Amino acid sequence: MASSRFCEVQQAPPIEVFAVSKAFTDSTHEKKVNLSVGAYRTDEGKPWVLPVVRKVEQELAADNTLNHEYLPILGLEAFSTAAAKMLLGATHPAITGGRVTAVQTLSGTGGLRVAAEFLGRVLKYNTAYHSAPTWGNHNLIFKQAGFTNIAPYRYWDGGKRGLNFDGMIEDLSNAPENSVIILHACAHNPTGVDPTQEQWKKIADVMEKRKLFPLFDSAYQGFASGDLDNDAWAVRYFAERGFEMMGTQSFSKNFGLYNERIGNLMVVVKDTACIVPMKSQLTLLVRGSYSNPPCHGARIVSRVLNDPALFEEWKGCIRTMSGRIIEMRKGLRERLEKLGTPGTWDHITAQIGMFSFTGLTAAQAKHIADKYHIFLLSSGRINMCGITTGNIDHVAEAINDAVCNITN
Amino acid sequence: GSRRKVLLVHRNSKKTAHKINSSWWSGVEMGPPDAILGVTEAFKRDTNPKKMNLGVGAYRDDSGKPFVLPSVRKAEELILSQKLDKEYLPISGNAEFCKKAIGLALGDDHPALTDGLNVTVQGISGTGALRIGSTFLSKFFPGPKTVWLPAPTWGNHVPIFKHVNMDVQQYRYYDPNTCGFNFTGALEDIRKIPENSLIMLHACAHNPTGVDPKDEHWDELSKVIKERKLLPFFDMAYQGFASGDVAKDAYAVRKFLADGHKICLSQSFSKNMGLYGERAGAFSIICNDKDEAARVLSQVKILIRPLYSNPPLHGSRIVATILNTPELHSIWLNDVKGMADRIIAMRSKLKANLEKEGSVRNWAHITEQIGMFCFTGMTPQQVEKLTKEHSVYLTKDGRISVAGIASTNVDYLAHAMHQVTK
Repeated sequence: MASSRFCEVQQAPPIEVFAVSKAFTDSTHEKKVNLSVGAYRTDEGKPWVLPVVRKVEQELAADNTLNHEYLPILGLEAFSTAAAKMLLGATHPAITGGRVTAVQTLSGTGGLRVAAEFLGRVLKYNTAYHSAPTWGNHNLIFKQAGFTNIAPYRYWDGGKRGLNFDGMIEDLSNAPENSVIILHACAHNPTGVDPTQEQWKKIADVMEKRKLFPLFDSAYQGFASGDLDNDAWAVRYFAERGFEMMGTQSFSKNFGLYNERIGNLMVVVKDTACIVPMKSQLTLLVRGSYSNPPCHGARIVSRVLNDPALFEEWKGCIRTMSGRIIEMRKGLRERLEKLGTPGTWDHITAQIGMFSFTGLTAAQAKHIADKYHIFLLSSGRINMCGITTGNIDHVAEAINDAVCNITN
Repeated sequence: GSRRKVLLVHRNSKKTAHKINSSWWSGVEMGPPDAILGVTEAFKRDTNPKKMNLGVGAYRDDSGKPFVLPSVRKAEELILSQKLDKEYLPISGNAEFCKKAIGLALGDDHPALTDGLNVTVQGISGTGALRIGSTFLSKFFPGPKTVWLPAPTWGNHVPIFKHVNMDVQQYRYYDPNTCGFNFTGALEDIRKIPENSLIMLHACAHNPTGVDPKDEHWDELSKVIKERKLLPFFDMAYQGFASGDVAKDAYAVRKFLADGHKICLSQSFSKNMGLYGERAGAFSIICNDKDEAARVLSQVKILIRPLYSNPPLHGSRIVATILNTPELHSIWLNDVKGMADRIIAMRSKLKANLEKEGSVRNWAHITEQIGMFCFTGMTPQQVEKLTKEHSVYLTKDGRISVAGIASTNVDYLAHAMHQVTK
């Protein structure tokens, strides 16, 4: 047998979040808890298909006028338009002025990739900044899209378990012109720490002065505070300030449509004449990557966003999910304070969204996994959705044990 | 006088400079228009009631309507009743789908599969599968970073490879003199391809020509490609849709494997299951051993994650359900044969009608070619006349989508084609 062309291919390093999830799945321990994966869970610890989603799927299935024909390359327009309105607000001057365009993407990741390809290959930008820390895939996406300069801006302050605002401003002030700045619109992943409105204003000041390009990653609109408008404040503010910018939207979490890969890439321009050439370039990028996006998820979201009654029903579902998370945050903090766990724990309730940067070290995380079969990331990130009324005592106990007994 | 002129010039250049600096996008050039889309747009604008759209690459029933396969409807009902969750798929996609997809291509009990030699991942239909392939090969293929494509080939093959910084070259394929396969020319060119290169092959129902090598041709191609130590990358977008027989349409793929080639393969379920917009496809590499397959899979996953993290479920679930449920599987075989049969019938009728019209041209290629498309051999001038005078819309290269022909308008088409070619 001739030797293979691929015998030099090395085993790739595993991606931590999947490896940890696997460890959870493989564990046979009765009281095991998965605090690593980024998906919502009910208080019974189960995945939740939103009732409004099930309802719409039934409607779609019963609709004999529907078929499986190709969507346009840039996706379902009714979906993209509604999604952009959801992010900016239907009466936002950028929208009423016709200066917003949007295309359907393969969820948030796909939106970021198309954005990065456009910014890199068409505008020839080569520098991008992301928060330290950030979602692991940000760096990989921009690297694959050809960016040669990818650097962090300071963000997480481990000491005060909050935002290192001065560090962030300083780093942005030193970023070269035309740098793409990846900003988390709300519910920062992995820390759960968001800038205040006052801080966002100052961030905008620096970015305007230094001519930096804002790219908002909005994966949790509605899911963070329970209020769509609240969670979009930063994006709307920047658009109102007159920035040209991009925003990627994911409907994985707020619609629970994880595996249908439904997302949107929204662009705000100053000159409406740019929109047609820009779309033609986006078309070429998409065509060479996957031709056109999947229709199922787009149909579901479009139907909900465009129907007032379904929209209200969906907003109720978001309040349910965000409400449960806020309850668990409160409960965890109370228990840790009651146990007298060393350190301060108000960051658990100050942080927002699915994730919390607990401040636990890698060694402490390992201890918790080994002894208690509670699985979290080595960064100390936990998914609040993994906590239920059934396991919250157990989780608090484990954290308390680790903090008390495991030091570096 | 001159002072005023200077002030005006100064103000204008200030305005220009301000405009350049004020928008990020002012340098964005208009991309080239999509040729096929242009055909559809022009078709839509035409008010002639007899107009025909032979540009679209999607199946139409005999009423000219999109066709949702009965097996697909049944599968969807079944899936809906199961009330499954919507959790993220693994990066590599729906495992059942991957297993059944490659099983369909090779045969479920093919030794390569039972021995675990295949890496099979879900892709965003055929395009996405090809893109996973091109991305992997651009990074890990040890040979020249060039793909050899048949002339002509599906237009999108080129950007799929160019976007990952690979070169494209061509080998002769279509013979315009016979409207058939240029077997001699293909062999000559393939013999000159540098050793250890990458060659792309359409498994069946070549797009855009409809011209497929005969089985004996494939046997010879396999030998020569082996002699040159080339890596064959098969694009199989029409299995079952070409002849109506899934095994027959997979002849080339299976023969190459039997001859010892370790192939790459992209599969699409857009046409053979009518799942166009659901984007169900698969990319496979046949490896040397299980260990190599594991290593290759780990690297493929690293490349998928920054593209879109993990693939969409809906389409893949439909495919897996159909292929896994014996009753649905046999309904599907019937459905796909039905589509293939209708296309073959339209080919026959078109050729017969052209002869009835009194055409003395050789139209044998219409029935010799296979699949959705037919390279008619008409010149761009004849095509233009066909569109302008008869409202028949097709691409400049003379390609028609046979799926766009119905029993109600095949006579009209034959008449029109005869008028412009006589």
